[in-house]
Amino acid sequence: MQSKAISSPKPIPSMRPSMGSSLGFIQDYSVYFFFAAVLIFFAVTIGDQGFLTVNNFFNIARTTAMISIVSFAMTFVIASGELDLSVGSVCALSALTCGLAIQGGYDWYVAASFGLLSGLAIGLANGLLVTKIGIPSFLVTLGMMQLIRGVDMRVTYTNPVAIPDPTFNSLFGAGKLFGIPSLIIWSVLLAVVGHVVLRYTTFGRRVLATGGNRLSADYSGINTSRIKLYTFMLSGLAAALAGLLYSGMMQTARYNFGEGMELAAIAAVILGGTSLFGGKASIIGTFAGALMIGTINNGLIIMGLDVSEQMMVAGGIIILAVAFARKPSH
Amino acid sequence: MSDEHPILEMRDIEKSFGAISVLKKVDFTLQRGEVHALMGGNGAGKSTLMKILTGVYSMDAGTIAVEGQPIRLHDANDAKRAGIAMIYQEFSLIPTLTVGQNILLNHEPRAGSLFLNDRAANRLARSILEDLGEDLNPNTLVSDLSAGMMQMVEIAKALSQKAKILVMDEPTASLSEHETETLFKIIRKLKAAGISIVYISHRMAEIFELCDRVTVMRDGQIRMTEPCANLTIPQLVETMLGASSASEFTWHDRHKEFHGEPLVKVRGLAMPPRVVDVSFDIHPGEIVGLAGLMGSGRTEIAEAIFGRRTPAAGEILIDGKPVSDQKHAIDSGIAMVPEDRRRMGLVLDHSVQSNMMAPNLDRFSNGIFVSDTNASGVIERLIGRFGIKTSSPAKAARLLSGGNQQKIVISKWLIRNPRLLILDEPTIGVDIGAKGEITAQIRELADAGTAILLISSELEELLAVSDRMLILHEGRIVQNIQRRDITSEEELHHAVQGHLIAQADPVHAA
Repeated sequence: MQSKAISSPKPIPSMRPSMGSSLGFIQDYSVYFFFAAVLIFFAVTIGDQGFLTVNNFFNIARTTAMISIVSFAMTFVIASGELDLSVGSVCALSALTCGLAIQGGYDWYVAASFGLLSGLAIGLANGLLVTKIGIPSFLVTLGMMQLIRGVDMRVTYTNPVAIPDPTFNSLFGAGKLFGIPSLIIWSVLLAVVGHVVLRYTTFGRRVLATGGNRLSADYSGINTSRIKLYTFMLSGLAAALAGLLYSGMMQTARYNFGEGMELAAIAAVILGGTSLFGGKASIIGTFAGALMIGTINNGLIIMGLDVSEQMMVAGGIIILAVAFARKPSH
Repeated sequence: MSDEHPILEMRDIEKSFGAISVLKKVDFTLQRGEVHALMGGNGAGKSTLMKILTGVYSMDAGTIAVEGQPIRLHDANDAKRAGIAMIYQEFSLIPTLTVGQNILLNHEPRAGSLFLNDRAANRLARSILEDLGEDLNPNTLVSDLSAGMMQMVEIAKALSQKAKILVMDEPTASLSEHETETLFKIIRKLKAAGISIVYISHRMAEIFELCDRVTVMRDGQIRMTEPCANLTIPQLVETMLGASSASEFTWHDRHKEFHGEPLVKVRGLAMPPRVVDVSFDIHPGEIVGLAGLMGSGRTEIAEAIFGRRTPAAGEILIDGKPVSDQKHAIDSGIAMVPEDRRRMGLVLDHSVQSNMMAPNLDRFSNGIFVSDTNASGVIERLIGRFGIKTSSPAKAARLLSGGNQQKIVISKWLIRNPRLLILDEPTIGVDIGAKGEITAQIRELADAGTAILLISSELEELLAVSDRMLILHEGRIVQNIQRRDITSEEELHHAVQGHLIAQADPVHAA
């Protein structure tokens, strides 16, 4: 029995000559094209109604800061092949924990630590449920989202908690440094940190490997369960920080902080070119995605659309942009 | 390091899964710098043995020594530390990372303990690739590589971890001929550098070309370990099968002439870039072999006949009517067994029965409800007729061997009594026993009147069953020849590369 495989005698080029290379480039960077298109559209239509002012751009960046920060951590979660839907509830939990602690007489930094720890704890719980028990993260964090929101409502019977601490409020939301709102400083700083961690550290590389092909990462000696656990803790921590920033900005903590935040954050991440299936991610892209969502909301408000109309238009634009950013299925 | 010890000695290895003993006192020895073929049918125990060696399974009894030193393997990392690396059949790279990032994954050069030094990593990766004779940019994304290049990267990855023993599982299964040659060159280079290789393959020619010794396993035991030079192919086949039954692979002229109205007429078919101008006929009951290099447009032609592709020019007629879409093709009695059965032919997590029912739901339902009871009789008859080895029709397809999976894919179409069965690489990754059964089944179907279009890279398989062969070269049928006019595999091998076979009586089909 003689067996001989027949196949191409020509050398196989190392690069597939795919049309994907040029299309892929456009897709990888589609968020920037879309963002530019959105800016141009609003500049033309409402440029003279206050859209094109430095103040308005500061305003956009300021109000988007919380979503941006949550999406940076969400980028790591999604890059590792998971999802975190509990971020919105955790955001309110942290705000309330911190607010109640300040009202209870704790110093602002102790209270803020409590808030951050509450987020870290929920992230740890999410991560353990996903990695130790093996429940899909979509379900774990969906349940956690509901559970924690219930806790948020119960602790204050939905009453707001005032935060009468000027240092806290200035540092976490309302203040400025060299004329730049602290919220903008927080988000830019964390974007840089997130980008460096994702691109240039062993942790970032392991996150990408875990999401790219978990089995292979395991065989390469990466403890992928540990990596996933860390990304959930990171996400909980970032959501908690966002909660502190919300409460600092509003000088109040409310049970409904961060409602719908999980979806905006996931949209920002996917718009920014991160693969929903993991393994490929960009923090800068995520930042652009978040700012674009913020810009759309801002522009629609200036155009005079009411909340229901804003939601419809913003939702439609997000679907359109994500559809474009996705690789076409054959 | 002492040279008197073999690089690897496995002694009295035993392993059972539940009550089933899959390895019975297996001894396996690998010499330094040796390429050692490990052969055997599916279920012979070779992959279990290799999974023990790479720390994926733990053995029930036995000892393993590397260079005379006994080692314990608790997990894959232990094996890696002992210098044992597996080059997986299904690629185990991370597609979203670059070549360099993959090669050095998890042992990257660092800048401090936290930060990566990508520049040093790329330098290191490049030097390993250069040692292998590959000029590949470490910044290339792995998802952009061909299958052959991915394998190179896997080898480089193993070498970067100082592997002394490489286990290669069917390394040429998805490689082109050129890539295979390159791989062989690299294997010889590794051998010269003192690296030892366990080479698992079903392909005889490769083993005789490349390997120093062969070990054959059957039913969990070693049946033979011999230098290749002392062996012939029939001896090897016989040891593997346990009895001599090589007749499935010998061609017999069926002495049939196919005239009259063809079932399928392909006229001037063009699908750029691969298919330029293709015309041929297939008659009822005829076995037509389609031979051509990988990428010569074989699969595209098959998919066009099955209605999955719309040709740019030309037409495909079934019973004189043009194929409009896949539904029309299926309704006209065309069935196709695709090349990649795991991806396109099966729902791996579904049961054998539900896989076999999938294209036949109309036969087993009253329009709304599906009746499993109606189906189970038919399914069980087919399982018996085809010899599908499964403990129950309810077993998940994932748990069956490659050969048995392929039998499911073929038999699910037989429920419909197809008039034309298109088989695209039906025996890839299938062991020799199942290969023989599939070949016999093809003949039986044709005798019952089903037309067969067989696509295969294994020329010997085409030669074993075809009545007529179409030779495809650069998008054209360059030769349409009766099987009886082909005298050797060598001839066919040249023909698919564009050197025509001398023909006494050319077929005038199209």
